[in-house]
Amino acid sequence: MLKRLFAAIAVVAVGVIMSADLAMAEMVEMRSKPWQMFFQEPMSPTAEKVYDFNVFLLWVEGLITIFVLGLMAYICIKFNAKANPKPSKTTHNTVLEVIWTGLPILILIIIAIPSLKILYFVDKTQDAEMTLKVIGNQWYWTYEYPDHDGLTFDSYPVPDDELKEGQPRLLSVDNPVVLPANTNIRLLLSSNDVIHNWAMPSLAIKLDTTPGRINETWTHINKPGNYYGMCSELCGVNHSFMPIHIKALPKTEFSNWLAKAKKEFATNETQKKDAPVRLAQAATAK
Amino acid sequence: MANTAEAHHDDHDHHMPGFFTRWFCSTNHKDIGTLYILVSFIAAIIGGAMSWYIRLELAEPGIQYIDDFQFYNVLVTAHGFLMVFFVVMPAMIGGFGNWFVPLMIGAPDMAFPRMNNISLWLLVAGFILLLLSAVIGDGPGTGWTVYPPLSNQEYQPGPSVDLGILSLHLAGASSILGAINFIVTIFNMRAPGMTIHRMPLFVWAILITAFLLLLALPVLAGALTMLLTDRNFGTAFFVSGQGGDPVLWQHLFWFFGHPEVYIIIIPAFGIVSQIVSTFSNKPVFGYLGMAYAMSAIGVVGFIVWAHHMFTIGFDVSTRAYFTAATMVIAVPTGVKIFSWLATMWGGSIKFEVPMLYALGFIFLFVVGGVTGITLANASADLVFHDTYFVVAHFHYVMAIAAILAMFAGYFYWIGKMSGRKYPRGLAKLQFWVFFIGVNVLFFPQHFSGFAGMPRRIPDYPAPYEGWNYVSSLGALITMIGTILFFIIVWRTFYGEEAEANEWGEGATTLEWAVASPAPWHTHEVLPDMTGKAPAE
Repeated sequence: MLKRLFAAIAVVAVGVIMSADLAMAEMVEMRSKPWQMFFQEPMSPTAEKVYDFNVFLLWVEGLITIFVLGLMAYICIKFNAKANPKPSKTTHNTVLEVIWTGLPILILIIIAIPSLKILYFVDKTQDAEMTLKVIGNQWYWTYEYPDHDGLTFDSYPVPDDELKEGQPRLLSVDNPVVLPANTNIRLLLSSNDVIHNWAMPSLAIKLDTTPGRINETWTHINKPGNYYGMCSELCGVNHSFMPIHIKALPKTEFSNWLAKAKKEFATNETQKKDAPVRLAQAATAK
Repeated sequence: MANTAEAHHDDHDHHMPGFFTRWFCSTNHKDIGTLYILVSFIAAIIGGAMSWYIRLELAEPGIQYIDDFQFYNVLVTAHGFLMVFFVVMPAMIGGFGNWFVPLMIGAPDMAFPRMNNISLWLLVAGFILLLLSAVIGDGPGTGWTVYPPLSNQEYQPGPSVDLGILSLHLAGASSILGAINFIVTIFNMRAPGMTIHRMPLFVWAILITAFLLLLALPVLAGALTMLLTDRNFGTAFFVSGQGGDPVLWQHLFWFFGHPEVYIIIIPAFGIVSQIVSTFSNKPVFGYLGMAYAMSAIGVVGFIVWAHHMFTIGFDVSTRAYFTAATMVIAVPTGVKIFSWLATMWGGSIKFEVPMLYALGFIFLFVVGGVTGITLANASADLVFHDTYFVVAHFHYVMAIAAILAMFAGYFYWIGKMSGRKYPRGLAKLQFWVFFIGVNVLFFPQHFSGFAGMPRRIPDYPAPYEGWNYVSSLGALITMIGTILFFIIVWRTFYGEEAEANEWGEGATTLEWAVASPAPWHTHEVLPDMTGKAPAE
């Protein structure tokens, strides 16, 4: 057990170092690290705001917890039966009661203002440069690029015995979804069967793919790199085996990839491209 | 004292029925309460075993024990259902509620003793159906939230989900009947002079819980029936391809599901209030504030349900509303916590086992409560929804907190219920083992959640191993704590006899005025409470 743990840590550490220093000099590798206790590094404007907001929240909540538990400890020491054999009979103190009702309201308002600001910021982008459509299936993802001739492909997880070196287990897919970095991307999400959830921690994206509905969100990936996430809504027996892998490339490389991918996935054009295009047009038109 | 108790006891033995009639056709609130606690005990063993099996599998990445992932999902589902419907609710409401509401308000029994009996046996029937659902067919692999389309016939074929639905129907009917019984009893059968504003806070808690049950469970029943007909009779309430909507289910489910959380925790508030007051040897601080804080939590609990659904693609203003409404709940819960602390302030605190558990409850409730503020924010939910952070949050704030309150209630009242004292030293040890165990178990799950680990997965990427391993070690400690509890229960049968009021002058409620064990019939002459101070 422990041997395996250390082996795993070593492999991951080596992988992280290598990916950072050698193989992909410019590509960041965004997934959790062993014994990680806090967020993955935020890599989009949304994620940065959510990150900062959560740091603020943690301070507030930490102070409240320490205050209350400290008070509890103080009371236990000061007012135990030995230290204070004669109990008081006080049962009311209006000022105190007003304070402990009013003060939390104030704190909540202070929390709510930045929270709602972020919420409205995160919701939709007004000036998307491209659209990606994500469709959940049991148990793989289908990606469509309606702005790029309806390029469509499926993204299946890589089974354990086919993992190549450097591919993280349970996070790697055969065809990562490739996106340009530093681009405003509109995301449209739906599902072909049950509800899934397309989640990417380092970009702070998490939205259900629901059959019969199209959900919209957006992202803007700050740096080229490999971003990993997992399906985040129980979707059946293989729920833990439908990872999400975004490969973010610089814009020029993205165009090169597009050209290649259009050829590679040309055979996929069974379901004609008009449906996704109409979708994207509808979304852009408003 | 023991003599009078026995003499009193004997008075009533002449019409004590035989074993079968007494335990299977019971209309006595105390016997029914005992049976509820027994059901809770059995369900807790099964539900607990499931959670330990889950933690065993999750101790390291890869698949070790559970290679059938449908079975893993069934474990997750059944663990949730069992703990919510068949462990916490029966123990708190059916068990302690039945036992102590009539005793505390000075009533001879519940208002509808026969309805009380049918409530119990409907629950037992529901329990059996739930166990059958897990073993017949593939089991329900949907999570306790049973979201369609995953719960539709197409994705969960076979009778399992249908059995689960019928099980919840029966458990729901049982709870609705129980709720009516409590409401009628509390409104009509209080001793003379015990006005609403003089009821002990535990009675307040059960009254509010009963209203929540009465308003929330019919919605669940309706939704379950729609799901049942979707699965079996070709309706399409939740089938998007035929004009239905899977999200409708989520609204209906959580309209029940959120009040359900308070159904679980409000009786715990009641128990903890009694215990904190008793062992601080002080009346409850801000009694009216406490009672109406619980009422406020109950009312607001009905208008915050969609914070469980922040990622379904709501309109942004809807999310803004539910964020704000959810945060409002922090205010009355804050009032409760500060009032407990103020009750202890200036008191003369005795750290008996029930008090240790009550303090443990407050600790867990504070830690779980502040993470609740995080999760109330739809913007923060973008990173936390459906991660282990949520698992850690709700286990802290309601699941384990409720279990600690149940232990608190057990140790507080076992003398009254059985007439025997629990082994004190062993019980203190058990508290510390259990308390440390659950914290080692659930605190690291916050970290996994921060790092992005999704919930309800049997296998996870290697980097999540560290904290998961610690968490599983915590499960092991908790298991030892649980086994210690069984030893305590067994040893209690041979414990020394408990006095009528074993906790001294701090224990002022009426149940301490009757003998221990409480005679089969109590309060045949109604106690006169006129002019007495508000019952703590």
